[in-house]
Amino acid sequence: MTRALPVLTVLIGLIVIWYAAAVWMNSTWVYDQAERAGTTVTFAEMVPQTMSQDRPLLPPPHQVGAELWKGLFGQAITSKRSLVYHGYVTFKGTMMGFGLGIITGVLLAMAIVRFRVMDMSVMPWAIISQTIPIVALAPMIITLSSQLGLSGREVPKAIIAAYLSFFPVLVSMVKGLRSPDQMQLDLLKTYGASDAATFLKLRLPASMPYFFASLKVAVAASLVGTIVGELPTGAIEGLGARMLIGSQFGEPLIMWASLFASAILAGLLILVVGIVERLAQKRMGAPA
Amino acid sequence: MKDRISQPVIEAKGLNLVFQTADGPVQALKDVNLTINQGDFVSFIGPSGCGKTTFLRAIAALEQPTSGTLTVNGMSPDEARRKRAYGYVFQAAGLYPWRTIAGNIKLPLEIMGFSKTEQEERTERVLELVELKGFGKKFPWQLSGGMQQRASIARALAFDADILLMDEPFGALDEIVRDRLNEETLKLWARTGKTIGFVTHSIPEAVYLSTKIVVMSPRPGRITDLIDSPLPKERPLDIRDSRDFIEIAHRVREGLRAGHHDE
Repeated sequence: MTRALPVLTVLIGLIVIWYAAAVWMNSTWVYDQAERAGTTVTFAEMVPQTMSQDRPLLPPPHQVGAELWKGLFGQAITSKRSLVYHGYVTFKGTMMGFGLGIITGVLLAMAIVRFRVMDMSVMPWAIISQTIPIVALAPMIITLSSQLGLSGREVPKAIIAAYLSFFPVLVSMVKGLRSPDQMQLDLLKTYGASDAATFLKLRLPASMPYFFASLKVAVAASLVGTIVGELPTGAIEGLGARMLIGSQFGEPLIMWASLFASAILAGLLILVVGIVERLAQKRMGAPA
Repeated sequence: MKDRISQPVIEAKGLNLVFQTADGPVQALKDVNLTINQGDFVSFIGPSGCGKTTFLRAIAALEQPTSGTLTVNGMSPDEARRKRAYGYVFQAAGLYPWRTIAGNIKLPLEIMGFSKTEQEERTERVLELVELKGFGKKFPWQLSGGMQQRASIARALAFDADILLMDEPFGALDEIVRDRLNEETLKLWARTGKTIGFVTHSIPEAVYLSTKIVVMSPRPGRITDLIDSPLPKERPLDIRDSRDFIEIAHRVREGLRAGHHDE
């Protein structure tokens, strides 16, 4: 309870600001309507009319909540209007990209730690890769993969997600694999340990705390990548596509509901990664 | 001086070791000649930079001598390392936090390819040897500093190397724990008959433990005195108040002081 209190306080504060902003932004429409009808509205008459517009500039929280509820539980989860369905599509893309990002990040980190040449050649490019805006790159990846005969969006989406998520894993793993100090390396040397044994018995387990710390960042980055991959024209599935549809067809409620659905998905993913991390720490003997 | 027939285990002849540093070459060891026999307990004592740790590391093939000869069991240090001739104990226990105490002791055994049953047997045996029986399932953070260092000694003993090299193993521990571990180290040495090379900063520790004390001095690192201890093998802690003990300690102190004069 003591931990929930500050969070709740901030949440209530945000909701209050949100309502105030909704009244302010949606009032324009109310005043315009009144002017066209040749009537005037008082402030007290205006406020209720900002709360339930069909196409508000900024939908108030309860409208978004209702739309989100409808999207999640209002229909069969296989329906094209179900946020569960679109969320699942995005989740699948996120997981594929996350997996690909982890594999890429770990393998590159292993190579960088093992070979000096890789350290000097790959690492700068990995850093440069992250300075290119992903929205500029995403359409290119999609075009390229369809050129290569990959129909559908799953593969390009996974690549875009992996493009964002491999980097935190790479950086953390390089640091983690290098974390054993000279004394620990010397100790293994006195056992006549091979490089493979040094890697498996020392470097890899020593890197695990770094690895798990990076996973939380990576899974969030992967979700963002997937949503960006769903944005370019033509996509009809996924939370990203849903957001774009909401924005293009002037349905702010759909857009906001999808936005919150993806926030919930991100929260759940980070929660799961956190649980896996704690289980792993427990197995690796961390103080309870 | 020797009360039994011993054969040389470690022999250094005209050993030089120069480190190339950014400030130019540093002579870490200069013309070191030393013979360590089977079953000796040899302490290396001297101020920082006298090369005592470097010499221990050279024996363990962790450093390469620049010139001179160094043999371990008649082989080069590197060959001896590959034959697993020695166990090394560092100043810090350096236990893996993600392994239990038993798991840490099994580490060298796993790397050296001992069978599972033998790993268990050996772990049990060395845990008993360092008086940590029953602590195998604990994780390192659950043990005190002294117990952790005992576990690291058990780890070095697990694969039955004939030579035990200890680099200031008790340097980070408080005086009381240190006294106890010194006593236990002597018991361990008596029971196992290993040859021990022991680096220390402490004069009482060196005199109490050793059959042979190597006094070294820095810049360049060299041996200034070599003392064969007349103390009996059986050494209760209060031997440190005996006349012999005080005399040897005095000689060590003189040796250390002499080394400082030529700076």
